[in-house]
Amino acid sequence: MALDTLIDSLPSLLNGLGVTLLLTGFSIILGTILGVLLATGRSYASRPVAYLVFIYEKVLRGIPLLVLFFLIYFGLSQIGVNLDAFTAAVIGLGLRSSAYQAQIYRGAINSIPEGQIHAAYSLGMNKIKAIRHVIMPQMLRLSIPGWSNEFTILLKDTSLAFGIGVIELMRQGRYIQVRDPDLVLIVFLLIALIYFILVFSTNNILRYVEKKYQMVGYQVEAHR
Amino acid sequence: MVMLEVKNVYKSYGDVPILKGVTFTMQKDQTKVIIGPSGTGKSTLLRCINQLSPPDKGQVWLNGKEITDPKSDINKMREKIGFVFQDFNLFNHLTALRNVSIGLEKVKKMEKDAAHKRATQELTRVGLEAQANQYPAQLSGGQKQRVGIARALAMEPDIILFDEPTSALDPELIGDVLDVMKSLCGKVAMLIVTHEMGFARNVADEIIFMEGGVIVEQGPPKEMFTNARIARTREFLGRIGALYGEEEGG
Repeated sequence: MALDTLIDSLPSLLNGLGVTLLLTGFSIILGTILGVLLATGRSYASRPVAYLVFIYEKVLRGIPLLVLFFLIYFGLSQIGVNLDAFTAAVIGLGLRSSAYQAQIYRGAINSIPEGQIHAAYSLGMNKIKAIRHVIMPQMLRLSIPGWSNEFTILLKDTSLAFGIGVIELMRQGRYIQVRDPDLVLIVFLLIALIYFILVFSTNNILRYVEKKYQMVGYQVEAHR
Repeated sequence: MVMLEVKNVYKSYGDVPILKGVTFTMQKDQTKVIIGPSGTGKSTLLRCINQLSPPDKGQVWLNGKEITDPKSDINKMREKIGFVFQDFNLFNHLTALRNVSIGLEKVKKMEKDAAHKRATQELTRVGLEAQANQYPAQLSGGQKQRVGIARALAMEPDIILFDEPTSALDPELIGDVLDVMKSLCGKVAMLIVTHEMGFARNVADEIIFMEGGVIVEQGPPKEMFTNARIARTREFLGRIGALYGEEEGG
């Protein structure tokens, strides 16, 4: 009987999984684009801009995600900005991720020798070209391990969107629990397994990407 | 015809004055070597010329245009000034070929194929056509520096500034780099900061001796090595000549 209910609820779990993946996809894109801009801004823009970026990073890394969701979803609607829950979640996840990602990219930028940009200038590149053709490609390659880490954190944190009513994987599980409280253990074990498989497989894919785009001479060898 | 003119250039880092009024000129396709003790501003002078560190005071003119004029398009002018760095500064994420072609592609807006063809020619010129597809990390120091020279040459500069191009190299790798530089004599103007006295003596049209942020003396190598007017020049050349294979100067 219980098993039947579980099998019946599989489609809704899969639905939830789809929403979770969409949430992850949109917010990682937002976070990555913003994060790259923030990091370049902090390293290469004028002092006031760099300072604003610094404040932005500090604030967004200092607020719990759920509070950020509530601010964006409920708070903004009070001043007339009505977002649906999914959009609010994407914005919240994306903004917070951008602040963490900016740190990753900035670390990568700092590890690129300064002579690289001097060499770019000496070929006649302007600042934008030097950043785009010399700094950016190296920065992104050096950032892949940190980015993979951020990706898995973001993927798992989409479950908090349940708090503002996004019907993702977590909330679908909660629906099943409400209908049939006896299933709670098995359903959430199943959900945990789904998250685990997602994280595990994306990690493996990203490790492959990391290897493929690794700069020759920058491999980290294991010393055992 | 005067191609490069450096007029009374001053530069300080913080409170520390590095260059205290440097003036000299260079003709088209001339080779000049700057020598002098460390910390006298030789490298700073090169960086002042291509504005990697803009001078505090004074002017730099290239082909009748003032580089130091804030209104001049510095990126455009840097295309005409090659720079070869002591620690190579090759782009680590690009192959040797792409290191040489990237300036052609992104600055001169050449078609990719044409740029690669041109880059291959320059790599061949420095003896590295076989290494075209290797990354900087896979090259020896001497090979890296030759890629650095090819990268500068590909832009067809009027002058190439060499900032101690062989100082970071093992002794047995220095020769290849110096040979490449020798082969460029008379084809492009070169301003070279180096401690290679044998090279300076054989190759330079003129030697500039700098100390304490000023030019102490300059002249043709023969005169400088055998008959320097100023005692300090004689002393320096005598000491460093003994250290750095003066005998090969012959």
